[in-house]
Amino acid sequence: MSSPSVISFVAALTLVMLAVLGKVLPGWCVFLLVTAFAKGLAALGLVLIIRSGLLSFGQGLFYCAGGYGAGLLMLWGGVNDAMLLVLAGGFVSLVLGAVIAPLLAGYRSIFFATLTLALSMLAHGALTKADFLGGSDGLNLRPPSFLGFQPASSAEAVYSLYLFACVLVVACALACKVHFNSVRGLLSLAVRDNEIRVEYLGSSVKRVISENFTAAAFLGGIGGALNAIAVAHIDPELAFWTTSGEFVFVAILSGYLSVSAVFAASIMLEFIRSFSSQYFPNAWQMSLGIFMLASILFLPNGIGGLLQRRKKRLEGSKIA
Amino acid sequence: MTAILEVKQVNKSFGSVTAAHDINVSVKQSERLGLIGTNGAGKTTFVNIVTGYVKPDSGTILLQDRDITGHAPRSLTREGVCRSFQVPQLFLTLTTAQNLAVALGIANGRAYSPYATIDAEMEQAIDNLLERFRLADYREQIISELPGGVRKLIDIAVAVTRKPKILLLDEPTSGVAAEQKFALMDIVMSALDNDVTVLFVEHDMDIVSRYAQRVLAFYDGRIIADDVPKAVLENEIVRTHITGTAG
Repeated sequence: MSSPSVISFVAALTLVMLAVLGKVLPGWCVFLLVTAFAKGLAALGLVLIIRSGLLSFGQGLFYCAGGYGAGLLMLWGGVNDAMLLVLAGGFVSLVLGAVIAPLLAGYRSIFFATLTLALSMLAHGALTKADFLGGSDGLNLRPPSFLGFQPASSAEAVYSLYLFACVLVVACALACKVHFNSVRGLLSLAVRDNEIRVEYLGSSVKRVISENFTAAAFLGGIGGALNAIAVAHIDPELAFWTTSGEFVFVAILSGYLSVSAVFAASIMLEFIRSFSSQYFPNAWQMSLGIFMLASILFLPNGIGGLLQRRKKRLEGSKIA
Repeated sequence: MTAILEVKQVNKSFGSVTAAHDINVSVKQSERLGLIGTNGAGKTTFVNIVTGYVKPDSGTILLQDRDITGHAPRSLTREGVCRSFQVPQLFLTLTTAQNLAVALGIANGRAYSPYATIDAEMEQAIDNLLERFRLADYREQIISELPGGVRKLIDIAVAVTRKPKILLLDEPTSGVAAEQKFALMDIVMSALDNDVTVLFVEHDMDIVSRYAQRVLAFYDGRIIADDVPKAVLENEIVRTHITGTAG
């Protein structure tokens, strides 16, 4: 079930199903899915880091860098194409991640987590004071075009953006799924399990961590850029610790074993938050807290662990 | 025959404790050396110095006449100095096959390509290793669920994926049931190529007598005897300080 051709077939089928689903669901729901996909992409990056045994509390930095990269290219560079904007956002974060990664790769556990958080908060502080970037209010963006297609109505715009987000998510999920099953994917888990043995096999643990961190930055940037063009706004809150906290929440809920679980967790979080803030406007953080507690207590390996358990049981019953 | 490994005047102290005092050893290619001594005698420090885990305070280590003193473990591994550990160092959440896949992937470079999967050639290499080390039954089992003796074998199998010139085994039979020690050593020695130089730390003198061609006896950070097993084990100082069989 995990050969590249089978994975590609499942990805294509998922894309078709998502496209049909977008036609059936109401507009507000479709928009919620787009924002969930954007956050899911950033959380998927975080999962890459978690697979090598580390946790970043600063994924918001790359989410923000991607958003500003795309937004400024639109406002200053006059580029309107969603694909170019998202790629630019990803590239900005990739470069930023590649610069920071070697500095962070020597740190572990809480030191790594707090350093990433510190860098993210530094960016938040700097952006808040940068008036030419809109300061704390941020900047508004124009509606994007999609490979030359400019949607005429708002419904068309939402569906086009949704389709674009689906293609992006499926492409990134496919790449990550194949990577998780690769030897390099196993090497990340090996680093998580035993750094000493990895070094005594002739590999560099720092290199593995740096590469994962840079790839995570790229995914965070793509997610941030998608979010920016979806909400047509960028502001420093994207780098605030609560944004990074959401990605940690999604990553914990999903676990590190499954790619699809990351997006499932992101969609769950987005819907719970949306409904909670509507029906319990003064207590929605509490409902999130209860949800997180329940997920840690009953799903210690996340949704991915649950999926894997099911898969193993299914394989076991087939053999029997 | 020229020496593959030369350790010259190596010293190492940890605070007031001298773990290696003026150590001089020359090892020929394909030699099988047993390292004996009581706990704290300096055997593991010697292994750690040669494999780069600990840097010596002074002295030189030559691998085929090239100075490798103070080199990092990963560069020494790439040079062909590989090791196993007293407590097996494995990837506990992965299966035996996945442990070997990671090791082979690092050795052949597949682990550095983001999308290179375990192909048929690698599967074959994994199966060969499992066969050589009699581990085929444990192929798909998670390491954390395996007994200590099996883990020891996997630790050594993982270490040989680099095709080592020198293999250092730190207490390969410790924690293994007495009746299984010889079986384990038989498997290990038969699985290794003949041209591999092997240095193994061992407390069981029967194992040393059977599998070592030469023995280094450590006491108080010094080498107090260096000869064939029979001569070392009959040495009066060794019998007094190490084996405790002095008359």
